[in-house]
Amino acid sequence: MEIPSDETQISRPPTSWEKFADRVFRGLTYVFAWLAVLLVLYIAGQIAYYAWPAIQERGPGFVTGQTWDNNRDVYGILPEIWGTLYSSLLALIVGTSFGVVAAVFLSEGFLGGFLYRVLKIFGCQNHPVLGKLPSFLDSLLKNLIELLAAIPSVVYGLWGIFVVIPLIREPCNWIHEQFGWIPFFGTSLSGPGMLPAAVVLAIMILPTITAISRDALVAVPSKLREAAYGMGATRWEAIVSVIIPTASGAIFGSVVLALGRALGETMALAMLVGNANRISVSLFSPANTLAALLANNFPEAGPKEVAVLMYAALVLLAITLVVNFIGAWLLQRATAGLEGLR
Amino acid sequence: MNVHHSTNSLETPESRGAQSGVKPVENVIDCDIQELYYGTFKAVRDTRIPIEKNAITAFIGPSGCGKSTVLRCLNRMNDLVRGFRFQGHVLFLGQDIYAPAVDPVEVRRHIGMVFQQPNPFAMSIYKNVAYGLKLNGYKGNRDELVEQALRRAALWDEVKDKLHKSGLSLSGGQQQRLCIARAIATEPAVLLMDEPCSALDPIATRKIEELMLQLKERYSIAIVTHNLQQAGRVADKTGFLYVDTSQGGRTGYLVEFGETERIFKDPQEAHTKEYIRGEFS
Repeated sequence: MEIPSDETQISRPPTSWEKFADRVFRGLTYVFAWLAVLLVLYIAGQIAYYAWPAIQERGPGFVTGQTWDNNRDVYGILPEIWGTLYSSLLALIVGTSFGVVAAVFLSEGFLGGFLYRVLKIFGCQNHPVLGKLPSFLDSLLKNLIELLAAIPSVVYGLWGIFVVIPLIREPCNWIHEQFGWIPFFGTSLSGPGMLPAAVVLAIMILPTITAISRDALVAVPSKLREAAYGMGATRWEAIVSVIIPTASGAIFGSVVLALGRALGETMALAMLVGNANRISVSLFSPANTLAALLANNFPEAGPKEVAVLMYAALVLLAITLVVNFIGAWLLQRATAGLEGLR
Repeated sequence: MNVHHSTNSLETPESRGAQSGVKPVENVIDCDIQELYYGTFKAVRDTRIPIEKNAITAFIGPSGCGKSTVLRCLNRMNDLVRGFRFQGHVLFLGQDIYAPAVDPVEVRRHIGMVFQQPNPFAMSIYKNVAYGLKLNGYKGNRDELVEQALRRAALWDEVKDKLHKSGLSLSGGQQQRLCIARAIATEPAVLLMDEPCSALDPIATRKIEELMLQLKERYSIAIVTHNLQQAGRVADKTGFLYVDTSQGGRTGYLVEFGETERIFKDPQEAHTKEYIRGEFS
């Protein structure tokens, strides 16, 4: 470009160094983005490579088999697949209901509002220190719940073994005696089992669901809240009919994320689920999950078992991927109606 | 609150006064704000504005003069703000809506509101309009009332073939008329409009203004606007609010109220004269 210039001209074309830096920066972003993708593919490929002997030898019978016996060289992971899905589903039901309700409580500032009314009774709602307490309390509660996510899973496991199981054993066995004819309560709880595992797992995924759902609820445009309240909706009606549906996409996203964590959670489940090779709908029966199976079997694994464990890992990876894809697809469908809102 | 005795909450505004035992009043709303605070901030003082039946009352004034705050007092929207405190009274059909026994939710069901930003819900056009009917537990023919509200909001012809499409798929002006339809579907006595055209282009603005002139046949309207010409075009009565900075704060108050024509042609107060002449706006 040739632009006639005089001595006051300040604009100039970018120097070759600027162009070079620009190109390098763009190249680096490409490289790192693809590196992340390649890393996932590489790991999956390696697992498949080491699992290949087992896949060839055992085929789909490995996935449908129900026995795991090192001595007889018989391996099947159907009980573990069942246990993985069942424990995750139970945890998800409990975790989602508690998590979303907690998120609503946090996002609508119920606690702060309550404290404000208390302060108002004593006439100190505009006090320079006390007056700040309501909003301080709201953020404190939010941070406390997010702190749940920072607890290492082995701590959850220990807590589950020494606190949760003794606590629920008596009531569970009473339920079994009274309602044993219902399949869910069909066995007695002798110690580790599906229920304690699911309860602890639910607590573990709670902060994920609560934190993301709360952010989504807070992000619901205030003009929509005003619209609902302006129409004469009560708080409950506004929350249920407008605020939660508007945030439903992100709430759903948090559930999918939590499911991802539940499926792969290892340490706490290996400690709590009972490691029993069994398919049962009973909540009190010991069971096993794929992740716990891997964690329990790798120390003594010979070359042959390594291939078998790699096969199991590949199945776990596939389950996680499929669940995430289904989640992403559902999420896309759920949020399609919200276009044009922001 | 005992505005009407009938169990059917969807009467026309006309029938309402006749059925209730309240003596007939000229003004649908009599608003007398002595002092209004957000926390320790004194936002409005000494503002008395009547909202006349089947007329359009406009609130004008510079930014920050509290005209929106005053409007939001009329259906207790300010109650949603933590720290809101109010001295004075707002009489709706002769009854104080700030009386301790009155539920603000009920007030808002009688006094509808349209906001600055078009804010349809993320649901279908039909469900948006039927929202208030559902809230009020209306058991009759909803389809009929939805169509009627959309016709009165001058939107029916544009949306009748896509009632089940999202309300968010409409243009800004259409969304605002959808919000008007949503507000009038339950036949509120009063319609409060908080700068309803400030997010719209001139053509959409014109449409809303024409619509307001039709709507005042059935409803009483209070509108906040920063557009003086708009107040001049649509309003029967106009109140001018101004900001008092003399005590260090920014407290809004009513300077002058009267017939729109009189306010524009023959303002009595110095502040009003300056503002109308466009010395600051």
